[in-house]
Order: sequence, then C-alpha cells, then structure tokens
Amino acid sequence: MLIMRHELLLIAITVILLIVEIFLPADRKHKIILPAILLMTLVTIAGFLPGDSGILFGGMYKTNPLTLLLKNILNTGVLIVFIQSVDWLKKPENKEKVSEYFLLMLSTLIGMNYMISAGDFLMFYIGLELATIPIAALAAYERYKEKSAEAGVKLIFISALSSGILLYGLSMIYGTCGTMYFEDVAPAITGAPLQVLAFIFFFAGMAFKLSLVPFHLWTADVYEGAPVNVASYLSVISKGAAAFVFTIILYTVFAKIAVLWSDVIYVITILTITLGNLFAMRQQNLKRFLAFSSIAQAGFILLGVIGQSQLGMTTVIYFVLVYIFSNLGAFGVVAIISNRTGKENIDDYDGLYRTNPNLSLVMMLALFSLAGIPPLAGFFGKFFLFTAAARQGMYILVLIALVNTIISLYYYLLVIKAMLLNNSDQPIAYFKSDAYTRLGLLLCIAGMVIIGFVSPVYEMILNLSYGLY
Amino acid sequence: MSILTLFIIIPVLTVIGILFSRNHMQVKWTSVVGMSLQLINAIVLIFLYLAARRAGNTDEILFAQDNVWYESLNIHFFIGVDGVSVAMIGLTSLVVFAGIFASWDIVDLPREFFISLILLASGVFGFFISLDLFTMFLFYELAVIPMYLLIGIWGSGPRHYSAMKLTLMLMGGSAFILLGVLGLYLNSAPGGGPLTFDLIKISKEQIPHHVQMFLFPFLFVGFGVLGALFPFHTWSPDGHASAPTAVSMLHAGVLMKLGGYGCYRVAVFLLPEAAHEMAWIFIILTTIGVIYGALGAVWQKDLKYINAYSSVSHCALVLFAILMFNETAMNGAILQMISHGIMTALFFALIGMIYGRTHTRYINEMGGLMKVMPFLAVAYVIGGLASLGLPGFSGFVAEMTIFVGAFQNADVFHRVATIIVASSIVVTAVYILRVVGILLLGKIRNEAFNEIKDARWVDRISVVALILGITIIGVAPLWLSDMIGSGLVPVMHKILMVVPVIIH
Repeated sequence: MLIMRHELLLIAITVILLIVEIFLPADRKHKIILPAILLMTLVTIAGFLPGDSGILFGGMYKTNPLTLLLKNILNTGVLIVFIQSVDWLKKPENKEKVSEYFLLMLSTLIGMNYMISAGDFLMFYIGLELATIPIAALAAYERYKEKSAEAGVKLIFISALSSGILLYGLSMIYGTCGTMYFEDVAPAITGAPLQVLAFIFFFAGMAFKLSLVPFHLWTADVYEGAPVNVASYLSVISKGAAAFVFTIILYTVFAKIAVLWSDVIYVITILTITLGNLFAMRQQNLKRFLAFSSIAQAGFILLGVIGQSQLGMTTVIYFVLVYIFSNLGAFGVVAIISNRTGKENIDDYDGLYRTNPNLSLVMMLALFSLAGIPPLAGFFGKFFLFTAAARQGMYILVLIALVNTIISLYYYLLVIKAMLLNNSDQPIAYFKSDAYTRLGLLLCIAGMVIIGFVSPVYEMILNLSYGLY
Repeated sequence: MSILTLFIIIPVLTVIGILFSRNHMQVKWTSVVGMSLQLINAIVLIFLYLAARRAGNTDEILFAQDNVWYESLNIHFFIGVDGVSVAMIGLTSLVVFAGIFASWDIVDLPREFFISLILLASGVFGFFISLDLFTMFLFYELAVIPMYLLIGIWGSGPRHYSAMKLTLMLMGGSAFILLGVLGLYLNSAPGGGPLTFDLIKISKEQIPHHVQMFLFPFLFVGFGVLGALFPFHTWSPDGHASAPTAVSMLHAGVLMKLGGYGCYRVAVFLLPEAAHEMAWIFIILTTIGVIYGALGAVWQKDLKYINAYSSVSHCALVLFAILMFNETAMNGAILQMISHGIMTALFFALIGMIYGRTHTRYINEMGGLMKVMPFLAVAYVIGGLASLGLPGFSGFVAEMTIFVGAFQNADVFHRVATIIVASSIVVTAVYILRVVGILLLGKIRNEAFNEIKDARWVDRISVVALILGITIIGVAPLWLSDMIGSGLVPVMHKILMVVPVIIH
C-alpha cells in the first residue's frame, strides 16, 4: 500500500476535512483553514520520505522515483497556493464554503497524482477528469460575481470538449493497438495513418489543458473570471501536471513517432510563444496579463519537450519547478492586492513601490524570474530549456524563442514600470498583509533565489529523467 | 580562495550593509567603504599581477579558481585573469569609486539607488573575471538589468522611453550572445569528449569553419550592441542623456567596455577564422560609426548628447582596432577602452556637477563658467584635451597605438579605412574645442551663474581620482601596455595560427 502513499495520504486528509466540515457549525467554518494547511504540510513533508518503486493493478498504476518527485513538486505548489488563499477565504462572503475550497482542490490534486502515475490510458483519463472537473467548480466559486460563473461554465465546456477529443484519440489507439497499457502500446505504434490521427487527437486534448495556441482561447477569460488563487492554481499546478504527463507520454508511448511529433511541436511552440507574448503586451487586467504570459511560458516548456533527450525532460521538470515559484509569487501579490483593494489593473499599480515596497519587490523579483533574468531561478530554467532545444540543432527555433524573451521582458517591465517608475495621485494605500500571505510569498522568493544556485536540485532531476535515446 | 573572489564578495557584503543602514548618510558611507575596498583590492591585484609576471610566471591565466557548479552540463564557476582583464578591473573599480561620490546628492530612494548601482558594478566585475561562458553571460545580464531601474527612476528627460529602449536593445543583444554561447558550447568538443563552457578549453579546440561562420555574426553583433556598433548604437545617446550622473559614468565608462571586451575575448578569440573572413563587414560599420559619432557630437547642443555621441565614436574605434588582427592594434584597443572609460566618466561626472549648479545642459545657455567654477572648468579642459589625443594624456597613447597598428595592414582597404578613422581626430577637436569655447570661456551669459560655487570635497575626490588615472596612463603608459601585452600573447598566438600573416 505504501506504493500509493501520496494518493492515500491526500485521500485521507480529504476525508478528514470532510468529516470535520460536517460537525462544524455554520458560523465557524473558517476554523478549518489552519488544520487543512497543517495537514497539507504534513503530507508534503511525508511525500519527501524515500519510497519504493512498484506497480499496482496489473500495471495500471506505477510509481518510481520520478513520479514521486513530480508529485512532491505538485504538493509543494499546492501548499503554497493554500497558504496564499487564506486571506481571501476569510472574506465574509466566502466564510460558509471554506472547506469546499480545500476539498475540491485536494480532489484535483489526487487526480493529478493518478495521472502522473498512470501506466495505462484509462487510468490516465480518469486522473485527468478528476483533475479537471472540480476546478470548474472552483472557478465558479465566487458565484455572486457574474464573471466567476461564466469562467466556471467556460471551463467545464472546454474540458468536456477537450476530453471528448482526447477520448476519441484514445479509442483509435485502442483500436489499432488492441491495448491501453503504455508498455504494450509503445511498441505497437508504427506510424500508421490511424495512429497518427490518434496522436493528433491526443495532442489536441492535451493542448487544451496546457493552453497551447490555437487551443488557448479559454485561458484569459477563465483566469479573469475565476478567483485569483484558483487562476494561479490553474496556471501553475494544473499546467505543470499536464506538462509532466504530456512529456512522459510523448517520451514513452509515442517515442517511435518522435520525428512526427517533433515537427508538430516545433510549429506549435513558435505559435504559442509568439501569440501568447503579443497578446500579453496589450493586456491591462493583470489576471489576463498573467494568463497570456502563462501561455507563452507553456510554449517555452515545449522547447524542452522537443529536446527529446534526457536533458529535455530534465529541463521541462526543472523549468516547471522554477515556474511554480515564480508565477505563484506574481499571483500571490495580485491576489492580496485584489482582496484588499479590488484593484486588478496595471494602471492601479502606479506608484505601488512608494506605498507597499515589499509587495512591489516580490512582484518585481517574480516578474524578473519569469522573464529569465539572472541570478533568479527563471534564468537557469530558460537557459537549460534553450540548451535542450539547441542540442537538437534547432538554432532557428531557439532564436525565435530568444526574440520572444525580449518581447516578454518588455511587458514584464511594463508592470515594473508602473510599480517603481510611475507616480500616481491615488496609489494603492499601504496595508499590512496577513502572516499567511507573507509566508507564502517568502516561500516563493526563497524558491526563486535559491533553486538556481543549488545545482543538486538540477542534478537530482537529471538522474531521474530519461530521454528517447 | 583566489583574490578574485573578493571582487564578488565585497559588492555582496556592501549590498547587505546598505540593506541594514538606517539613513541616507549610512547608506552613502557604506557604499563608499565598500567601493574603496574594491578599489584597493583592484590596485593590489594589479601589483600582484605585475609581480607575478616579473617573476617569470608565463601562465595564460593567473589567480585561477575553478569550482564545479552544474556537473552534468559541465558548468563551472571558473575565474581567472590575464593582463587585459586586470586592466579592465582596474578601470571598473576606479569608475565605480568615482561614481559613488558623484551621486552624493541622490535624495529620492537612496538605498535602492546604491543597491542597484552596486549590483550593476558586481555584474561588471563578475563579467571581467569569468572564464566560463555561462557565468560570463549570467554576469553580463546582471549588469544590464539594474540599468532599467537606475535610468527609469532617477533619470531625467524622457527617462521611461530611454530606459525601455536601452534595456530592450541590450537584452536583444544578449539574446544573440546566448545563441552564440550555446553554439560554442555544443561545438566545444569537435573531437568528442564532454562539452564545455570553459573559454580557455574552447580556445584550444579547432571549431569547424562553417560553425564559426554561423556563430561569429551573432556573437560579434550581440556584444557589439553594447559596444555601440553602428547601426545598433541608438540606445546609447538616449540612455546616456537620460541617466543620472553616476549611471552615465558607469555606463559609458565601463558597461560599454563589456561589449568591446566580449567581442575581443569571445567572438574574435574563439572564432578567429570567421572573424578574419567577416572582418571587412564590421570594419566598414565601425568606420562609419567612428565618423558618424564624431559628426553627431558636433551638431548636438546638449552636453550629455555631445559626450554620448563622442562615446559612440570612441567605442567604435575600439571595435575597429580589434578587427585589425595585429598585436599593436589590439593593444591599442584595450588601451583605448581604459583611456576612454576614465575620460568619459570624467566628462559625465563634470557634466553632472555643472548641471547641478546651472540647471541646464544646453551649451548655448551657458558661458564663462571658467570664472565662477575654475576647478571644474580646468578639469573639463583636461578631459577635453585627453579626448582629442593630446600627448601626455591617455587618449594620445591609445589612439596612436591603434593607428600605427592599423596601418601595418598593407592592403588598400585597411589603409583607406585607417586614414578615414584617423581623420576623426580632427572632428573630435572641433566639438571639444567648441564646447570649451562656448561653455567655459567668454562672458557669463546668465546673471544667476555669478552665485555658483565651485566643487565641493565630494566632487573633488571624484574628479581628482579620474584625472589621476588619465595622467598616470598618459605619462607612464609602458607598464600598462606591457601588462595588456602579456594578456594578448595567447590571443595573438591563436589568431596567427589561423590567420595568414599579413604584416609585411
């Protein structure tokens, strides 16, 4: 049973929270916040204990040091999201449904864990669904706001559509290979037309989850409508998990048609990075801004995927790890400011440094890390991604991506300009953020500053990763 | 631990010290102490280096320290110096030292200002001591980014526009460099074996010709953007004009030298064949740059723009000299970087001080300043004379060496280019003497100027330190050119191996 440790622990705390929720009187529901975070902390720490590799259910579920690592990364990210959402959960309009927030989020995390450990397309699909549907409920969490409800509906429709496409692809794989197990499918993939079609459907389904161009249209609307913390969860954890699984399946199941998918990804990478960046430049609302920026970042992740080597997978995981800390830092600041003042536009941040220097500093570091400026971790992440792609001889692709980092620097600097350079008659007044928010942001900064310098992190990921050859 | 590590540790400690400072004065004095230590450290390094060479040490790299950082990618924290980098470190520490005193009057967010300034400086120091392409690139970007805040927050005029333009253009250059660095890394072991970012190891390898031809333009243009290579220099006049005094000093004095040094150390040193074959393109561009910059300076009325265009001209001369492929010209290129670095820092410091007193930078609105601020005016004349290459100052030594070296190339193309470039000295004389005439001599045009006070002690420290630098090099250039020469040996050796001997 220890093989399924991560999932079982998460299920356990979900059940505990559910039971506690039942016995809590309606006016004291918010008391569940601290226990929930403490339990999540324990689970996260427990996840880092060394575990065994193994197989369950006849190969449908498998675990190895790599999956353990990926789950730990996700756990850490979710923990930070939890910590960052406390301030928002304590608002009076959310008081009665606090526990639902934790329950839904934990369910999606469980889904992601199963998805990562899947050894079979069926398990993968179940995990994917479990990881997606509760998020739609979370996006509509602030249902008294029209946009939030809209976000929820949009997300559920898009998920349904992409699941449908994905399932159609999977059915073709089953039809041509006669099995759903990764190990058996991999050798049976020969590049027959129907399998190519299956791959394209599978790819399209995953592209929705990763919000790659041209399947990205839902992203900005959903991020804008959903509560900030849910948006940050979507952009970091959800996307990270999808990127992990996507890489694993491409590298194991579709290894034999790598020539084919690397061409597809080549084009999609260029489209995703470029369009994401171009749209991000024009955004005023910070949630939409970060949505497009996260689309562009997903494009950068593909640079590692296209690397096809052990280096490629390492850089993908490493970049996602770095991205979690950087993006959560940025979202954390947006969240606390949005909670306290309701302001979410870049203009509103004019002169923020003079009134709230610490928050501006965190935001600046996070944006610099996202832009890939040394000595922050984002620099290392991007540098390694470029190395992975350049190793395949794709200098043109790397050059296009590099030009795009300059574009992305431009719009990140726009926010920094608002905070530090601009002056405002009515800047956001000084406020003291709560201890949880500060802890959450501190964790993000620590991650951004430290990860790059500590090379063992990278080496550890490298040792667990594998490539096509 | 090598003495070079101190060049990183001191700025970091200074930044920490500033963070814990309680008021303006503490912030300033912490910076002064930190950067004075850095200057002393640099002087010690120069003496240690000279002593080691005199003792007969002929190693390519001295004071090397090599720590593995990312083992699997073979990224090292590998630092070490040769004569050229020691000279550049000396320059940097002098300019930063003077820059701290020149920014004594910063009142708005002083803590943030000095932290950004010192971060910038530590990026520059790190760049000059790095011998690993990865860390070199890391420090390069670290040096560029604080510029955005420094110009954007404390600048003047269209500062937001200038800061954004400068940052994006320089980062665009760094994108090219990154591609070049990756290309070098992936081709660093043509005969098999582990890939490496190690500059010295790569220089020992024979990189295939077609790879060189592909990578060289990226690296040369990438570094060239920072070295104000025409037509990628447009960030420089705007950036300099909008930046606060110390930042202009550091930027023109030191940061632009990163470009020249990078072209020399990475592009030409590692890819000599391609450099030699493509040199004609860049010789044409730099020739245009030299003349264009000088003519541009003649037309400007804003003191900072005059000096910024003059920097474009002088920095183009550095790149021009590097592309001449002989030892004399290369030596001149490095000398020119040092000389121009100190000189332009002096100019920008003086312009800042003059502006602080007259509140205008337009030369038409000033006049007769020699009467009210004799100290600053004399310093300005000294800087001007050095800039137009008067014997006895550093400018003469550097430019003379460059032209002598460049003329050694016997073919028509090189000689014509050299003659054109040399004629820029005349144009330089025009704009320098014009400014001196209008600005310092003649009648006082504005009554209010009679109230102006001459330099304070902080101004004097900054100015005297820089003038000392100019005259020491001007009067006794041999030790410096010998030191640079000792660093050029392996570079010339490598170049002469692949480049047919063209000196007759």
